[in-house]
Amino acid sequence: MNKNEKLDILNILKDLDKYEPRRRGWTWREPVYNLEMAGNLYSDASKPLKNSTPLPAAKYFDNIDPQPIQVITSEIASGRFEDDIRRMRMAAWHGADHLMVIRTAGQSHFDGLIEGTPQGVGGVPITRKQVRAQRKALDIIEDEVGRPINYHSYVSGVAGPDIAVMFAEEGVNGAHQDPQYNVLYRNINMIRSFVDAAESKKIMAWADILQIDGAHNANATAMVAWKVMPELMVQHAINSLFSEKAGIKKENIALSTVPPTAAPAPDLKINLPYAKALRDFFSDYKMRAQMNTKYMESSTREATVTHVLNMMISKLTSADIQSTITPDEGRNVPWHMYNVEACDTAKQALIGMDGLLEMVQLKDNGYLPSKVRELKERAILFFEELLESGGYFQAVEDGFFIDSGIYPERNYDGISRKINGGIGSNTVYPRDDDYFAPVTAHFGYNNIEQYGLNKDESPSKVIGGCTFEDRKKIQYIDELDMEDNVNQRLNTTKKYLNSNIIKPEVEWAGDGTLVVDITLPTSIRYAEAASLEIAKKMNLIDAEVIHREVLQNAEATRIQIKGKVDIEIDLNKLTLQKEPDLLSDEEIRNYINDHPMTIVAGTVGEDEHSVGLREIIDIKHGGIEKYGFNCIYLGTSVPITKLVDAAIETNADAILMSTIISHDDIHYKNMKKTSDYAIEKGVRDKLIIVAGGTQVTPDLAEKNGVDAGFGRGTKGHHVASFIVKKKVEMDEN
Amino acid sequence: MIKHKNREDDYNSRRKHLENLTDEELKNRFWDLAEKAVTPLIDLAYKNTTPAIERSVLLRMGFSSLEAKDLVDKVLNHGLISKGAGHVVYRLAELEKISIRESGLKLINNQGWKKVQESFGVASNE
Repeated sequence: MNKNEKLDILNILKDLDKYEPRRRGWTWREPVYNLEMAGNLYSDASKPLKNSTPLPAAKYFDNIDPQPIQVITSEIASGRFEDDIRRMRMAAWHGADHLMVIRTAGQSHFDGLIEGTPQGVGGVPITRKQVRAQRKALDIIEDEVGRPINYHSYVSGVAGPDIAVMFAEEGVNGAHQDPQYNVLYRNINMIRSFVDAAESKKIMAWADILQIDGAHNANATAMVAWKVMPELMVQHAINSLFSEKAGIKKENIALSTVPPTAAPAPDLKINLPYAKALRDFFSDYKMRAQMNTKYMESSTREATVTHVLNMMISKLTSADIQSTITPDEGRNVPWHMYNVEACDTAKQALIGMDGLLEMVQLKDNGYLPSKVRELKERAILFFEELLESGGYFQAVEDGFFIDSGIYPERNYDGISRKINGGIGSNTVYPRDDDYFAPVTAHFGYNNIEQYGLNKDESPSKVIGGCTFEDRKKIQYIDELDMEDNVNQRLNTTKKYLNSNIIKPEVEWAGDGTLVVDITLPTSIRYAEAASLEIAKKMNLIDAEVIHREVLQNAEATRIQIKGKVDIEIDLNKLTLQKEPDLLSDEEIRNYINDHPMTIVAGTVGEDEHSVGLREIIDIKHGGIEKYGFNCIYLGTSVPITKLVDAAIETNADAILMSTIISHDDIHYKNMKKTSDYAIEKGVRDKLIIVAGGTQVTPDLAEKNGVDAGFGRGTKGHHVASFIVKKKVEMDEN
Repeated sequence: MIKHKNREDDYNSRRKHLENLTDEELKNRFWDLAEKAVTPLIDLAYKNTTPAIERSVLLRMGFSSLEAKDLVDKVLNHGLISKGAGHVVYRLAELEKISIRESGLKLINNQGWKKVQESFGVASNE
């Protein structure tokens, strides 16, 4: 895969009926202890990638991209899986190796597998074809970045076991599975949910799928989020132990844990004791650190800070998987760039806090341990009353869970479900003595003896193996709905597929969406109305305010609006500026070391501008001095003749002339004069003349006699690189 | 749910019996309680089945999701779910010496049910 080529979606969709996943099961990152990169030594890093996009500041550190030890999750589910595939590649390049697909609204209540590729709402309909296409794409992407990517979705709802089988067959690596989620948030009958869950878990165990529970939802649902801490531990325990009893090994059981509160509450004072208590009790299991979503508003900055604080807790305690939440989730279904931002936030924070526990440790006396103890005791008291009330089912019916009191405080406002109520009630049937299921990874009573099998033999032996032994038996369905499918969708967006026609995009090919950030010097209500008016004048379609922030009630308001534009750009009709071909810092430094060079610089004409030239020269602005050039700065309003004479006098190699004023093309005229005067003096051949300024166009500068012109955005590096190259060229001739 | 008067946080009095436990004892107690809560749930799962479980069995036996759904509906209608839907398909295949897929497709076409019911000693509702 060439990094400059787009993924070929059509090719990914081709021959899916023949696709076979290359592996089963979950993959952790490969730790590298004392990893050294560009002179830095990392304590908690993992094997670097073959291809990736480093953090922006990496350019000051030889472009290194150290990877944290935690698996990093990115949740990608825009409703169109074919567009999500491209975003998965973006996320993987930014360090995600656990790609999670949220299901479309309502899939929990769909009694069976969904087939084909219908469009989703707030998620993606999880189907065999969609899973195959994404797993196939991830095979390509993981080869490209050089690290296995875990693919993940949900085994819940009333078709949990069906989905678990499909996931096992299709090489899905991780899945949410927690019957309590069905019961509390999807109102699916509790008996049905637990009976189904044991089968689902047994299947997941066979496929070595890592399981994540659903307890974090309590936090997002609860009225006073942090007060559910004691019951969260109970929920985690019920699912973890139930999973183990259904056959999942401990290292494949991960708790989905979320720091329950956020600033302006004292974040760490509440979240850290909870994190510690949880890790003490659940030391045998894995931790998937989710981020707080309960208090997410439309400010992406605020969400990012919350998430960084969350990661501090991960570093102070532990996290095997670090989830990321896109900072725009408080205002829309996540967009491409926010998935990437969230991955970068995680990578930056975790690498930034590398080795934290080698330097600080949690106190074992005072506030922290006493709070930890209190939370543990409250969780135990919760369990005690749960059992006294008649067990888990009765406790749910009695509204024990998601109560807004911190247990044992109770406000009796929890979520209550009837034991015999909900979706799928009365659909649980006792197994007769001669009950039999001739398949592998079946949980519970199975009378295999009646067919002459012994305990160590798989029940599927009697049918010559099931799909788990012989995947040729899998029945693949392509599409059921001839209108609502990926082919129809691609027909409408095909002109943007690997073509030279582009349109702005945040989630779907050709969506045309963009965001405008406007600060208006007025109050919030006027600012909002004004911004929509501005959007109208900008021809934004379906403009909508997505964020408002008061800078001061009367003085100013910041508004962000999103809208669509019907603007297409043909890449073939664009003229691109020539990209400078630069020498590396080291190459320039080495050259100057061996061949010391002097330059004479000044702003020419009646021109008092000095900032631009100083930035090119000064070492503190990253200017050319840092490479070892001997720089003679003559100041501003320097006459042309003085500049050239000074160069002759000091035996300089180059002249750097800055020319900002451009009225009547005076800047180009001065370039011509400088060159002519140098010719007159007989030094033009050995003198490099470089001109720079905000209004300088390189081509025109060269036409006016100088060796190179540099315009807006020029850095010392560009100039130094040019001078050295030119010098080498001159010496060769 | 009956609306109770809110219960104040009585943690300090309620915790008396936990006060003197070591951290290790506290942890053991937590997991003992979890064991008690989970055991009846896993027993329930051991002894029972559901349409989703039976569909998942049929998927593994080589039926599509559509076929599995149809078959389980019919197994339920014929009062055979307690035998296992996969068992029903397997039984007919054995009785008629046909393949598993042939057997399942036959049942989907409403054939062979009586034979299976008889072999299981389940009363026919036809």
